[in-house]
Amino acid sequence: MSMLNVANLDVWFGRDRDRVDAVKAASFEVAQGESFGLVGESGSGKSTILRAIMGLAPTWSGSITVGATPVTKKRPKAFYKQVQMVFQDPYASLHPRHSVDAVLGETLQLHGFKDIDARVVKLLDDVGLGQKFRFRYPHQLSGGQRQRVAIARALAPEPALLLLDEPTSALDVSVQAEILNLLADLRQEHNLTYLMVSHDLSVVGHMCDRLAVMKDGEIVEIMDVAALRATKATHPYSQHLLQASV
Amino acid sequence: MMDTLLDVENLWVKFPTRQGIFDAVRGVSFTLGRERLGIVGESGSGKSMTGRAILRLIRPPGIVEADHIKLEGADLLTKSEKEMRAVRGQRISMVMQDPKFSLNPVMTIGDQIIEAYRLANKSSKSAAYAKSIEMLNAVSIRDPERVMRAYPHEMSGGMGQRIMIAMMLIPNPEILIADEPTSALDVSVQRQVLDIMDKLVKERGMGLIFISHDLNLVADFCDRVLIMYSGRIVEVCEADKLHQAQHPYTQGLLNSLPRLDAPRDRLEVLRRDPEWSETASVSGRI
Repeated sequence: MSMLNVANLDVWFGRDRDRVDAVKAASFEVAQGESFGLVGESGSGKSTILRAIMGLAPTWSGSITVGATPVTKKRPKAFYKQVQMVFQDPYASLHPRHSVDAVLGETLQLHGFKDIDARVVKLLDDVGLGQKFRFRYPHQLSGGQRQRVAIARALAPEPALLLLDEPTSALDVSVQAEILNLLADLRQEHNLTYLMVSHDLSVVGHMCDRLAVMKDGEIVEIMDVAALRATKATHPYSQHLLQASV
Repeated sequence: MMDTLLDVENLWVKFPTRQGIFDAVRGVSFTLGRERLGIVGESGSGKSMTGRAILRLIRPPGIVEADHIKLEGADLLTKSEKEMRAVRGQRISMVMQDPKFSLNPVMTIGDQIIEAYRLANKSSKSAAYAKSIEMLNAVSIRDPERVMRAYPHEMSGGMGQRIMIAMMLIPNPEILIADEPTSALDVSVQRQVLDIMDKLVKERGMGLIFISHDLNLVADFCDRVLIMYSGRIVEVCEADKLHQAQHPYTQGLLNSLPRLDAPRDRLEVLRRDPEWSETASVSGRI
């Protein structure tokens, strides 16, 4: 069963003379429980696809289907219970004056949970942070710990699909390994589907089953990871990308 | 015998805090010849602080202490602030991580490069303009006339970084300190910027200190590598032998990288040994 289906997606910014087509006719499908990667250089539109799915880029056309329901311009609350996003920069994506407890508690309350206290405890355990971090503020946490809080916040509504926008690019390699392991464990435990954006082919090769290569807003190639490992890209641009990163 | 450009002996960088003095760099010694010297480590390992301390760019209340920091025999620590200004940019240049925060946002690229050039050389405006165009060409920027008229926000990250390098190279410095010059760039652009720096080191005989957290990049690009951990050098090795590194910290860092050619279910997580930060710094002198 497909978890996410994107067909003919166009995203643009500005109008008339200043119009920029950030994504052009992108189509792909992510199966339930799969982990799908989007790679490409900056400006290729990979993050814009995630933002369009999430409703953060309002000017789009085409069709996005999550589960069995087509996504409309105005997203119902149920949508956000199903889809959540983790952003690139853990230093910018947490409110500097809200404690970890407030960040997670607010999200849980918005989604109508009643047993907030028990759930905050469980979420912190799930992401490997433990209770002593519950009443800390973001500036008292390291980059890796902040990203764990951001992941905990995304997991709070018990989503089925997680959109990961370069979740480790702001972190050190040793911390990156911890976060990638955590994401792999969580996917197994909660039966999650991932759509992951990264410019690092080795990270995508580690985390994903299939990937799409993007260039100038277009998907030039969709391949599985076995082909990536065997450096059997067919499109010249993906070959170029592979060579540059080995 | 390679001639020594820079000689750093027992460098400490200290910051007084409410909890006592924090040592960001603890007794680091190394020399730099006409080579590409890499400094790698995680964030907080003191690698950027080492680069800034050489130029005495650590502001009070931060304290820089060393037995000596000698630039071709002259100790930088005994120089006055005015004399240091003749060193910074003219003899030792620094390229910072993010071009967005290093260029003046309200001045055109051209005005900034011309200003840098005329500070270093007495020359007319038109001569400075011609020289600036030549520098932009040297860092492979297409259409330099247009770029000279443009403002920094109109440039992409890769172009911004190349403009920074062009500006740094105008006074023809002996040493270039590059602090994560490519971490904000895409892989394909990364290569171009590295090639430019490589060419300059070879052609002009500059010494390069390349600060980075990317082990593979450093192994590929540099001649010699210092590996830093909590303010100390834990290992020094030839860059092409980095993958045979002996220290458990270096090995741990290398193992925590995902690799395309060797897939694994789980990545190895670095286990930190408190002993690493206790053992004395390894000397990076030749």
